Amino acid sequence: MATDSDGQMCVYKDTLLAGLWRENPVLRLLLGMCPTLAVTAAVKPAFTMGMCVIFVLVCSNVMVSLMRDRLKPHLRILMFTLTIATFVTIADLLLKAFQPEMSDALGPYVPLIIVNCAIIARAEACASKNPVLLSIIDALGMGAGFTLALCVLAGIREVLGTGKFFEIQVMPEAFVPWAALSMPVGAFLALGFLLGLVALITQKRS
Amino acid sequence: MDTVYLLITGFLSVVLINNLVLTKFLGICPYLGVSGRVDMAFGMGLAVTFVMTLSGTLTWLIDHMVLIPLGLEVTRYVCFILVIASAVQLVEMYLRKFFPPLYDSFGIFLPLIVTNCAILGLCLFLNLWGIDSLLEAVVLSVGGGIGFTMAICIMAGIRENLRMVDVPQCLQGAPITLITAGILSLAFMGFAGII
Repeated sequence: MATDSDGQMCVYKDTLLAGLWRENPVLRLLLGMCPTLAVTAAVKPAFTMGMCVIFVLVCSNVMVSLMRDRLKPHLRILMFTLTIATFVTIADLLLKAFQPEMSDALGPYVPLIIVNCAIIARAEACASKNPVLLSIIDALGMGAGFTLALCVLAGIREVLGTGKFFEIQVMPEAFVPWAALSMPVGAFLALGFLLGLVALITQKRS
Repeated sequence: MDTVYLLITGFLSVVLINNLVLTKFLGICPYLGVSGRVDMAFGMGLAVTFVMTLSGTLTWLIDHMVLIPLGLEVTRYVCFILVIASAVQLVEMYLRKFFPPLYDSFGIFLPLIVTNCAILGLCLFLNLWGIDSLLEAVVLSVGGGIGFTMAICIMAGIRENLRMVDVPQCLQGAPITLITAGILSLAFMGFAGII
């Protein structure tokens, strides 16, 4: 029995850590690129977006995992989408109520979490096949990986684009902000080079 | 005359200045995935344009005829995504029946249009921009689709040529595509002053 539960713990830990690097949704699997590019001009919106995604991901994974035995194959994706849309509506209303500024700043990108492929991919690949607990852990790991990737990208763009980090001045006075990094151009270029860096690290390791 | 002028500026704005892909970052997944060859990219663009026109119009109608009069704005996202999923299903059935080769070449990407953020994004933007005439909603939906087609075709053309270029190994694939998209987006910023 002891070895069995040890094995179980190992699976949980492995699932939790997988999302952070090995199967990081943004940096390795290239899922959920739209919010990654759109909300990363500064760290605060990126972090808020990450929290929303974790909330939706955990809730939808629990729900999908609970109804996994009743799903009909051809209606699967539709059910996933509807579940996610419901929880995104909840997240959107919560954000409007408690963080109205952030809700305005994120604009349509909060409802766009519905079509974030990272969430549907987790529902399909994990929650529809696994029990509730494992699905929650998977959702936490993947959500954390997503938030981390967003914050790294947003950190690079905010520090170099405005000289601030989390709205606090960090660069010296003489630093001339690279304004382009705050614009759409900067999102594409920064993410491109970040992915290149990740690919380089992966090559060096193997 | 004013209406026509408004429609033309709206159309140009959504195609060039507020291009969904290059300035709003919508539809990046198919943009990276299907932009390997120009013919595939064009087919994908047409499918997206069609679905976008259909769902943009339908969601505008549902929003103004049903949800707002009944005070059901809370269910907006769920309704929108249902309309889009049905529209995609319709296109899928139509293509499978009448254009089997095109259907085969799309493969997995056709059902994935459901999760194409560009389409839901456009429906949400129509709502956000406060578009209040049906004609304007239709024109903007078509424009959004054409803008997407244009962006993805330009990208596919560039990527076909990129194959003959010596790209550093770590930048091959998605990274170089994103960097190219960045430069393209910089070029599109030049349109910002025309209206």
